[in-house]
Amino acid sequence: MAAFSLRRFRAMLVKESLQIARDPSTMLIAFVLPLLLLFIFGYGVNLDTARTRVGVAVADGGEAAQSLAGAFAASPFFDVTPARTTAPLKDLLVADRIRGIIVIPQDFGAQVAKGGGDVQVITDGSLPNTASFVAAYAEGVRQNWAAARAGDRGGAAAETIVIASRFWFNPELSSRFFLVPGSIAIVMTMIGTLLTALVIAREWERGTMEAIMATPVGMAEFLATKVVPYFFLGLASMALCTVVGILLFGVPFRGSPFALLLIGSAFLVPALGQGLLISAAFKSQFVASQVALLSAFLPAMLLSGFLYEIPSMPRAIQWVTYLVPVRYLIPPLQTVFLAGDLWGMFLRHIAIMLGFGAVLFALAARANRRRVA
Amino acid sequence: MSGRLRAIIVKELLAAVRDPAARLILIVPPLMQLFLFGFAATLEVRNVEIGVLDRDGGAYSQELIQRIAGSPNVAGIVRLASERELADAIDGRRVIAALAFGPDFSADVAAHRPAIVQAVYDGRRSNAAQILSSYIERIAGEYGAELRPRRATGGQTIVRHWFNPNLSFLWFNMPALIVVIGAVSSMAVVAQSVARERELGTFDQLMVSPLRLHEILIGKMLAPLIVGFANATIYAALIPTVFGVPLTGSIALFYFALTFYLLALVGVGMLVSTLSYTQQQAFLGSFLVSVPAIMLSGFSAPVDNMPGWLQTIALANPPTHFLPILEGIFLKAMPPGEVLRRTWPMIIIATLSLGGAAYLFRLRME
Repeated sequence: MAAFSLRRFRAMLVKESLQIARDPSTMLIAFVLPLLLLFIFGYGVNLDTARTRVGVAVADGGEAAQSLAGAFAASPFFDVTPARTTAPLKDLLVADRIRGIIVIPQDFGAQVAKGGGDVQVITDGSLPNTASFVAAYAEGVRQNWAAARAGDRGGAAAETIVIASRFWFNPELSSRFFLVPGSIAIVMTMIGTLLTALVIAREWERGTMEAIMATPVGMAEFLATKVVPYFFLGLASMALCTVVGILLFGVPFRGSPFALLLIGSAFLVPALGQGLLISAAFKSQFVASQVALLSAFLPAMLLSGFLYEIPSMPRAIQWVTYLVPVRYLIPPLQTVFLAGDLWGMFLRHIAIMLGFGAVLFALAARANRRRVA
Repeated sequence: MSGRLRAIIVKELLAAVRDPAARLILIVPPLMQLFLFGFAATLEVRNVEIGVLDRDGGAYSQELIQRIAGSPNVAGIVRLASERELADAIDGRRVIAALAFGPDFSADVAAHRPAIVQAVYDGRRSNAAQILSSYIERIAGEYGAELRPRRATGGQTIVRHWFNPNLSFLWFNMPALIVVIGAVSSMAVVAQSVARERELGTFDQLMVSPLRLHEILIGKMLAPLIVGFANATIYAALIPTVFGVPLTGSIALFYFALTFYLLALVGVGMLVSTLSYTQQQAFLGSFLVSVPAIMLSGFSAPVDNMPGWLQTIALANPPTHFLPILEGIFLKAMPPGEVLRRTWPMIIIATLSLGGAAYLFRLRME
């Protein structure tokens, strides 16, 4: 193989950059996908539940039951469909029109008079998150109502143990705040791994790879020209995500831009290496795209800890997460946005990502050399 | 069936399964995704470490710490010696939450004054932090109620979760996966199959062959439909047997709704492919469509939580209609009337998108 020539490298780099700039789909992924993701995460993926539709069945016409039903109707968390029996509400529950049924039984007033007064809550377990929300808030409404009634008769007891909760870095618990770093991870994965895998597979599929091999361009130069433009494209769309996240969605940025640049650059190394490796192993665009989706995009969504907590996963899957580079991107990204510069943590994660990158590049270089020889 | 139609169908099926790597890609990833999604995608919080700064050291704080440590969601307690150590433990993500007991905690409990525990959570993981805080409040509330039973609020809330008594995320995830993976793979296969011919120049050959446009389109639709049916059937067989999620509804209704779901997806994929000249464009285009399609389906977050205008947009999204059908058929024994009510929007989407794709192809021909 010829020695690395800067002149050839520059010529190839110009060719590659022009090709990227001319293909609308590349620009779509680099600049439209980040905006789309931020937009969806900002508006569509809202885990902060607003009002939930529930049915309230009051079988007791007495004062206590009516007053409790009134408390449910007045609650800001519920949108109440009233009924006298549970039967019609059950159909609504099956039809997804309501997410829960609160049953105030026939003898409720009598029980309250005796110091009791049980309420039944039926939730739609097919949506587990909403179901626990309905159960918890229904219990809250009943307790407040009971406490207020006890207060009417004198002597409401205060809580014995009070938990004073504070949420650092994100006091309002806005889910947008953790979704922006997540979208950066997804976009950089797509650009680093998927686009790189596609472009090299395309050269093989169209037969232009042989044409390149017949030129004086060496494998090192060829791979470098495939990697460098996407590296900068990845950083550009990270910058776009950051600016839009801060300006449009009000996500705080408490660290330094320099730290963000280092973290992003460090992640692009394994991402690009993975793309090169995939394209060297599979020469068809369809297969390369599906493998990239499976080995890069899905882990970024599922195994990175950005949407789903890693400690909550089964042990075997937790072990798998140690092998995906994006796992080491999420904690420093979230920290640089929400907490500030914590160099000890940053450097440790950056080192791990670079380590993955070195291994993947070595593997990709070996796989490519074998084919050229 | 005309001879021409049969010929193109045979050709398309051969093209889909000829390449061994591509053949594997149609079967293996969907299965891997089933297992990965099934077990990884949980919003429960388990195995977390909680920091404790106990300046009290009294019996009451010890008991509360023991109860929190004993919760099935908590893996262990990390003892912290100072505010500084507490801040470091949260910053460095050693713990997701930390509880600080003041020196008067036990004295306050004994004297029937409200005893305050400071709880600090890592808001970088706001969702997990919020779920964890509800666990901790519940434990503290129960302990407080035991210490000093309150009068007059003797009633209880008796909760029953229908359709999924243990609120298992697996039960929700598994039917949803048929929707999600179906969307990703069907759209990619359709978009790719047209774009590949176009990139290699063989699409023009198809156009000048005696094949009529609708025959080419039917041929192109068939392979993804078969792949979609095969994957959905494998899932529907594995989900009740391997994962233990009940299938309470009717299989016939499942296939009925599935047919129109796949047709709608194929229609959308065709539209993407009419707009793409290369495989890369087709692939990235279908990705750009399928990601929002999944996000707006109600899989990641309930559709009810979205703003009204976005809920209206989501009506044009096939997964938004199919997800409640599948959750209904698997968990709720959904009756035919309800399934039908949610199927007809998909029929409309399929008609419009397939019609639009045919129109655009014809436009290209002339």
